[in-house]
Amino acid sequence: MRRYFGRKLAIYTLTFVLAVTIDWLIPRFMPGDPVRVMLARAGLKAEASATMYTYYTQAFGLDLPIWQQYLNFWNALLHGDLGTSLWLFPTPVLKVITRAVPYDIFLLLPSILLSWWTGNKFGAYAARSKRLDNTILPVGYILTATPYMWLGILLAWALGIAAGLFPISGAYSYALRPAFTWTFIKSLLEHWFLPFASLFLVMFGGWAIGMRNMIIYELEAEYSHYLEALGAPRSLVRKYAFRNAILPQLTGLALQLGVIVAGALATEIVFSYPGIGYLILQAIQNQDYFLLQGCFLFIIIGVLLANFVIDIVYVLVDPRTRTGMQGEAA
Amino acid sequence: MSLEVENLRVYYQTLHGDVKALDGASFSIADGEIMGLAGESGCGKSTLGYSLIRLTSRMKYVEGCVMLDGIEMPVWDGEKMNAFRYKRVSIIPQYAMSALNPTRKIGKMTADLLAAHDVSYKEILPELKRRLDLVELSHDVLNMYPIELSGGMKQRMVMVLSTLLNPSLLIADEITSALDVSTQKAVAEMLVEFRNQQIVKSIMFVTHDISILYQIADSILVMYAGKLAEKAPTEVIINCPRHPYTQLLISSLPEVGVKHAERQLKGIPGSPPLLLDPPTGCRFRDRCPAAHHRCLEEPPFVEVEDGHFVACWLEVDSHA
Amino acid sequence: MTATLKAQAPPLTALKKNETLYFALRNNKLRIGLAVVLIFVVLAIIGPQLTDNAPLAYVGPPAQPPSADFWFGTTTFGQDVFAQFVHGLGATFLVGVVGGGLGTLLGVLIGFVAGYEGGIIDELLNMLTNIVLVIPTLAVLLILAAYLEVRSILLESLFIGIFAWPWAARAIRAQTFSLRAREFVDLARLSGMNSLKIIFREIAPNMMSYLFMTFILQFGGAILTAATLDFIGLGPTNAISLGLMMNNAVLWSALHLGMWWWFIPPGLAIMAIVGALYVMDVGLDEVFNPKLREM
Repeated sequence: MRRYFGRKLAIYTLTFVLAVTIDWLIPRFMPGDPVRVMLARAGLKAEASATMYTYYTQAFGLDLPIWQQYLNFWNALLHGDLGTSLWLFPTPVLKVITRAVPYDIFLLLPSILLSWWTGNKFGAYAARSKRLDNTILPVGYILTATPYMWLGILLAWALGIAAGLFPISGAYSYALRPAFTWTFIKSLLEHWFLPFASLFLVMFGGWAIGMRNMIIYELEAEYSHYLEALGAPRSLVRKYAFRNAILPQLTGLALQLGVIVAGALATEIVFSYPGIGYLILQAIQNQDYFLLQGCFLFIIIGVLLANFVIDIVYVLVDPRTRTGMQGEAA
Repeated sequence: MSLEVENLRVYYQTLHGDVKALDGASFSIADGEIMGLAGESGCGKSTLGYSLIRLTSRMKYVEGCVMLDGIEMPVWDGEKMNAFRYKRVSIIPQYAMSALNPTRKIGKMTADLLAAHDVSYKEILPELKRRLDLVELSHDVLNMYPIELSGGMKQRMVMVLSTLLNPSLLIADEITSALDVSTQKAVAEMLVEFRNQQIVKSIMFVTHDISILYQIADSILVMYAGKLAEKAPTEVIINCPRHPYTQLLISSLPEVGVKHAERQLKGIPGSPPLLLDPPTGCRFRDRCPAAHHRCLEEPPFVEVEDGHFVACWLEVDSHA
Repeated sequence: MTATLKAQAPPLTALKKNETLYFALRNNKLRIGLAVVLIFVVLAIIGPQLTDNAPLAYVGPPAQPPSADFWFGTTTFGQDVFAQFVHGLGATFLVGVVGGGLGTLLGVLIGFVAGYEGGIIDELLNMLTNIVLVIPTLAVLLILAAYLEVRSILLESLFIGIFAWPWAARAIRAQTFSLRAREFVDLARLSGMNSLKIIFREIAPNMMSYLFMTFILQFGGAILTAATLDFIGLGPTNAISLGLMMNNAVLWSALHLGMWWWFIPPGLAIMAIVGALYVMDVGLDEVFNPKLREM
């Protein structure tokens, strides 16, 4: 067991280093000079601009040799310093990101968990009868085939503009400031509902389909037939099939949770919801490379962590993987 | 216990039509009898075994009556059969190696199954342990996952599990087919032990291996192409079979000590008919050396002497 | 005498060869899914013939709802939405085929080799797969977008394919693992066939159905990815696609102006096509896997 995890850890670390390196290379590959871009915005006179340019280039460490910049980057990273944002100068990137993260969690955690739960339940129902299957299956597939942003647009237009029931941009009313008042919370929830619904529906479809396929597979397994031959009631057979079918769904869940930090890019754009996804868009539009770099770093870490957690969870939960660890017989 | 089967017909539904896999079986098994069900692949023996406990999704019950201990078993009704399954009739399947849920500890799974039959796991535990000793399995297996057991251990566990509630009739479906000879012997002897200790009343042992039946079966029922050919006590079947198919079958078995140079093995030329559209009359007539004009009509399965049934005009006519 | 008693041999062999086709033609899911996809394909092909308007040209009064002149209405700039739609359909299918095809090809190659060879090669390829999965594809796309003034649909497809293969690779690898332990592979190895030959001659034919299904999923996935990329603004610069239509619609306040004819058709089309592809996939699974067939 220890060897297995030791090996996994080594592989993950290696992957991390490689991915982070690629991430670090991003601004270096961008055409143009990030400092110049920033200064262009300030609209300074020529000489002032030149001095500022030298100052900032030094400040950002861009005049150092490449390898030194690389090492400095790792140094800063391990100290939790992701650099300074260009667009929202002088706010540190980490601060900008951490301001956005709570909104992502608020939006994605309920939608992922709820859609997982209900999706799996419905998927299991589909396996009960042909008729249920023929209704649930197409619905599930259509939902999962729906592009996130389109459903967002549809809901925004139908329920937001046409019916006027919900607002369609921001996390809360622009007239309010965050406070622990009922007005604020109500506004928060109103702004939350449509993006939540669009995410929930599409994800629900995916889980339902996945579960349905897994359950059908399990119901046809030999252990199911044996139980039936020994007079086990349908409920017991279904219960066992469900427990087995849910294991791969757990993997999927962990993965989805892991990339919560990546935000829901398309949905957030439609609703101007201030999560990391929206942040990325704004960083692109404002050419804030350091912010971009920081966001991507967050995502990389999230994905790797999630994968690692999945590996652990799976070993704990599925006894079959434990023998698999002892190596595959050729 | 007694099992009486009357004119059981079970077909397989396929795209091309109904495959008449089991076409009219009538026989009985007495209390304490180990009956071997023998025949080549595709003769319908597994179909017969399964039809007595659980019809698979492709099987179609056509007609027939099955009486177990004087009560009619509704083999056509999956729901109603649950009252009989496990307690009155049980099965050790061919796929014993993969019959156990891989993600559930064996003891837990047993408890769940027993609970579904209103039996308390705690109460039956001492008996369960005794059975495990009988098949030489450590009590620890109850705390293990199936993947931690070897194939042979899983097979024995399934044997214990299937017979835990002392069914009247145990159907053993090709349980020795995938085993090596010494394990075959051990498993077969275990089965006999089960019967001797009254753990099960009677056993229907489905196999294509007549030599094993010779070791443990009290009587043998030979099937061919969905129909019953001959049924008689083991000694009679082996030493003086009457049906031409049985005769050819027995003579095609290799004998220990006899070399090929001395005596060549005779097979049975030809192959069994496809059961999608079986030939009329006796289904063996194309390969039978004694076929004659009478064989165009199907011979009845009659008792030609005490406990000896044959479906062949040669025997029926001479007996009549 | 025996001649007349000889049993008839029903001509089942002829039926067996066409069994797959027979089931394929009967399977409802396959039929409906294929029908929907074909409808859109036909629309993509003949659509541009039905209208004289170029998708990006300003041809009519702005913000008009659907009418006899403009079947799908016009945009805020007076462009013909129907023209955009049918040209966008073509772009969508192109991305699906090229992007999905490339993703399948790469995934199959890597998955096969990893699953078959095992050991250190498998570990290395696994690591490669993980890295590609973890790299924010957005990041790379941004760099590309910054460098390339003009981006084509083909480029987008290639890009999608290069990042979509890990999913296919994982699935193919798992299948190869299970097939490789089978007897006929052992036989091939004993007879001295080299690995590549074994992969292509023994394993691949048994996985044909699986490969086909993988392609269909990649096809659908590529379409969805392209739609998202276009929507963010990282799509092709010299063409119109369904995702771009939605991007433009949102950008130019179609939502607030209630111009539903601009943003509903593109999304609806994607949903229909990808949904149909998924349903086809289920149908194919039923055709190839007899256990799942409804009788």
